[in-house]
Amino acid sequence: MDDFKVIDNYLMIKMPEEIDHHKSTYISKTADDFILREKIGNIVFDFEDTRFMDSSGIGIIMGRYKKITYFGGKVYTINTDTRIRRTLMISGLHKIIEIME
Amino acid sequence: MNKLKASFVTANTITEEQFLLNRMKEKEIGRRVENHIHNEMKLDFDALSVNESFARTAVAAFISPLNPTLEELSDVKTAISEAVTNAVIHAYDEEYYLKHHKPDPENDEKMKVYIHCELDKDTLHVEIWDKGKGIANIDLAMEPLYTEKPEQDRSGMGFAFMEAFMDDLEVISEPGFGTTVLMKKNLRNNRG
Repeated sequence: MDDFKVIDNYLMIKMPEEIDHHKSTYISKTADDFILREKIGNIVFDFEDTRFMDSSGIGIIMGRYKKITYFGGKVYTINTDTRIRRTLMISGLHKIIEIME
Repeated sequence: MNKLKASFVTANTITEEQFLLNRMKEKEIGRRVENHIHNEMKLDFDALSVNESFARTAVAAFISPLNPTLEELSDVKTAISEAVTNAVIHAYDEEYYLKHHKPDPENDEKMKVYIHCELDKDTLHVEIWDKGKGIANIDLAMEPLYTEKPEQDRSGMGFAFMEAFMDDLEVISEPGFGTTVLMKKNLRNNRG
């Protein structure tokens, strides 16, 4: 469970090396458990270890975004490489979340 | 003694003709490998989410002799992942399972995804098909952000990604019979 950490009211999620549909169900579910249980204001997705992401990753972020903005929270991504940033751009997610350089 | 030696040597030496033929064969195969004239592979596997990673890795390994760039490799992997995920989630969904699978356990083996890859010079042709429920309205399904399973956190970007990351995309589907996705990508696009 080291992949999920709560710092202040930020939920930090360390994304796995490969994000696909197979892995996404677990991440979404665990993140939602945290949002329900703890006082989460904002979410940070950390892509430091991620080498591959398909549209399932977009689904994870979009789903959490819908939940957290309802309470005025924000979604951030950190450590995105050029390929992941491109995927976020194509899906248009960069317009609604903060991509930190 | 010398006569015996001579006959021994000739018996164990390939003839000039064989030698030339061998050279020609090597040259022909070498030329084909070097220029990647043609290569082909087929895969079929169970429609399980764990196989999504297997499928994209297998296709990535198949194209690796062409020395694709990291970006090309990532593009192809994403597109394969999207197509296989569609088959796993949508083609063989719970509805399909209840309808076809449960009453007849022998149908179990039919829940498979098929991949056919062909390398023609520098172009990769991929065909991914399933024998699942099919798509009633292809235009609607291909629309970005449209998804039939929003509750499962699907983004609806699958076909949009395939279109963005490959050079060519064609979807053929027949409700009740399955879906075929045809994709094409030139792997020497950005090289001089």
